[in-house]
Amino acid sequence: MNLSIVGGRVVDPASGLDRVADVHVTDRHVVAIGEPPSGFLTDETFNAAGLVVAPGLIDMQARLREPGEDHTGSMETELTAAVHGGVTTVCVPPDTYPPIDTPAMANMIRQRVDAAGLARVFPIAALTVSLEGERLTDMGSLHQVGCTVLSNGDRAIENTLVVRRAFQYASTFGLTVLLSAADPWLVGNGCIHEGEMATRLGLPVIPEAAETVSVARDLALIETTGIRAHFGCLSSARAVAMVADAQRRGLPVSAGVTAHHLHLTEVDVGVFNTQCKVMPPLRSLADRDALRRAVADGVIASICSDHQAHGRDAKLAPFSEAASGIAGIESLLGLTINLVRHGVVDLPTALASLTANPARILGIDRGTIAVGSVADICVFDPDTPWRLRDAGLTSRGSNTPFMDTELHGRVKATLVAGGFVYRA
Amino acid sequence: MTPEASVQFDEHGRLRHFLTTEGIGRDTLIEILDVAGSFISVGERRIKKVPLLHGKTVVNLFFEPSTRTRTTFEIAAKRLSADVINMNATRLSTTKGESVLDTVKTLEAMHTDMFVVRDKASGTAHLIAGHAPRNVSIINAGDGRHAHPTQAMLDMFTIRQRKGAFEPLTVAITGDILHSRVARSQIHALRQLGVSDLRLIGPATLLPTEIEKLGVRTFFNMDEGVEGADVLIMLRLQTERMDGQLLPGPEEYFRYYGLTERRLKRAKPDAIVMHPGPMNRGLEIASSVADGPQSVILAQVTNGIAVRMAIMAKLLGDAGREGRE
Repeated sequence: MNLSIVGGRVVDPASGLDRVADVHVTDRHVVAIGEPPSGFLTDETFNAAGLVVAPGLIDMQARLREPGEDHTGSMETELTAAVHGGVTTVCVPPDTYPPIDTPAMANMIRQRVDAAGLARVFPIAALTVSLEGERLTDMGSLHQVGCTVLSNGDRAIENTLVVRRAFQYASTFGLTVLLSAADPWLVGNGCIHEGEMATRLGLPVIPEAAETVSVARDLALIETTGIRAHFGCLSSARAVAMVADAQRRGLPVSAGVTAHHLHLTEVDVGVFNTQCKVMPPLRSLADRDALRRAVADGVIASICSDHQAHGRDAKLAPFSEAASGIAGIESLLGLTINLVRHGVVDLPTALASLTANPARILGIDRGTIAVGSVADICVFDPDTPWRLRDAGLTSRGSNTPFMDTELHGRVKATLVAGGFVYRA
Repeated sequence: MTPEASVQFDEHGRLRHFLTTEGIGRDTLIEILDVAGSFISVGERRIKKVPLLHGKTVVNLFFEPSTRTRTTFEIAAKRLSADVINMNATRLSTTKGESVLDTVKTLEAMHTDMFVVRDKASGTAHLIAGHAPRNVSIINAGDGRHAHPTQAMLDMFTIRQRKGAFEPLTVAITGDILHSRVARSQIHALRQLGVSDLRLIGPATLLPTEIEKLGVRTFFNMDEGVEGADVLIMLRLQTERMDGQLLPGPEEYFRYYGLTERRLKRAKPDAIVMHPGPMNRGLEIASSVADGPQSVILAQVTNGIAVRMAIMAKLLGDAGREGRE
């Protein structure tokens, strides 16, 4: 099977390629960019004139709701949503029910995903058994089955000694840890950034220090254990500055942010808008701007959706009791391309944060469409504005504050290993 | 109009719900106080009823128990000739909000005209108002730490009754500002009514961050904070709400933030002392002050009925005549 994607602007941040060219795919792989290889007979041509041809997106954090919360979404629905959003690799945090804390669970999830035949999944395995923060998982065995990135999901490990030993043991196998920075004591029952909005609305707060205290603790342990670490979703300017400082000192630390933290602030909570309830909370305008600058200057390397589908009722509650999270996988690209249009970053940098950088952090052979690579490809229209509509979403969740927001970067086609998994 | 305010007005700018004092204009606040003034005499008559809400049904929907507040709303509605139903609903804090909305929908099906809602979570009254049919009004009788607008209005009424114009006044609110829905509603109302010197007094653990943006000055030292004040508002120390570690203990609290006769002398000689009740005597206020000549605490309770009548009449009376039928 030979496929030619012709006339598009090919942007491959990993190889620095950015020019109008044809991309030729044979079976699973990209075989040429520009002129086809000699003897290449095209079976199918996809016209990409006016479109961008990029590597398939890698979402560093998205929940598929399966196993354990099948009523709010399934692998089928959420992976369909992923490919509608141009995402070809989805990193699944270990906080499923049961959690991904054994090789068997990791394999089971992969098998379910393969059956769905949509995007591929990269299971993030647990650092501690049942995510309880007490006993280490069989990290060596997890590594054997390809779980090279470990995390405790959104469950904090309270005991600092356990964190230290988890980092040490993980470094034994050359693993990477993915960290959620939130001190559980300072988070408490908080549900909103500590600031003017919280004061006006009378809601229990999550201070900025919940993030910075946790980052400081983890950085100290990263520095002494030498573990490679990635802070998945930073929310505050101070935490970004701490990570930037650690990077300058040569620590093996990277950082990510969600697409929504690059667009929203505490003010968007308005009058108890539960669609804007997320963890970590939306912070101040100064924080948002610092996050944007960090994406532009590379301190923040990855942008994720932190996709969390919820049923309608989960958000129909008083703010403090409403579920946290946004169904964001279908707006990940659109919101990131909006940053390009706002002049925050250029297109290759924006795409690098969704492709080459996550691949590098995860240590996987994806996120590029250079000749010879597996043909995970996202073709999108960078210019024509579109709006997120309830009816147009394929995720089981329509919980998003971006409903009706004007976005750019509409996906026209998604390919996984050379095959179309989505065509608009 | 701020989004906070817009929820409680209809498309013609008329007050439809009473959820917060934030964003309600000075004229509307004054109008409510004036109407409340005319209702004061109703309570002094032999037949304590006016027929303004005759045939209307008011449901007191209290997810958080409160005998005092519920009773004043009940009396207010009955004096306006409304039919009143009391619902002491309970719900689990972890239940999904559908239970709140389901309860309300059930009651709406019984053609209720007004809900008086109290809940422990901030925003519950807004949530219900956002889903209420056009002909149903919501009064917020206290939501979490967010707002208690009728309490604030009866405090405004009491201040005006004793002090006249708001503009020249210095008002000091002392205590657990962090957890106080009363304080938040008072701050918005006092600012809207023109009080220029508004002070909040408390330890750093009980003063919420960036509260100065609401147009107040904060004081850690109570002696400085009450200096020259016309109105001293003491808040109930809501010990049951504390997660712990906010205060070392009651004795130390009274030493630094209790209103004693000595501290009262630092305020103006004719200063009035207010408290939304119920009081913790010897914790936030000395009994000699609470029962003393400058205390207007019992007047607040009396005025509460007239003010709540005025708000109910404003929501159901005006709008009802002009197009709800």
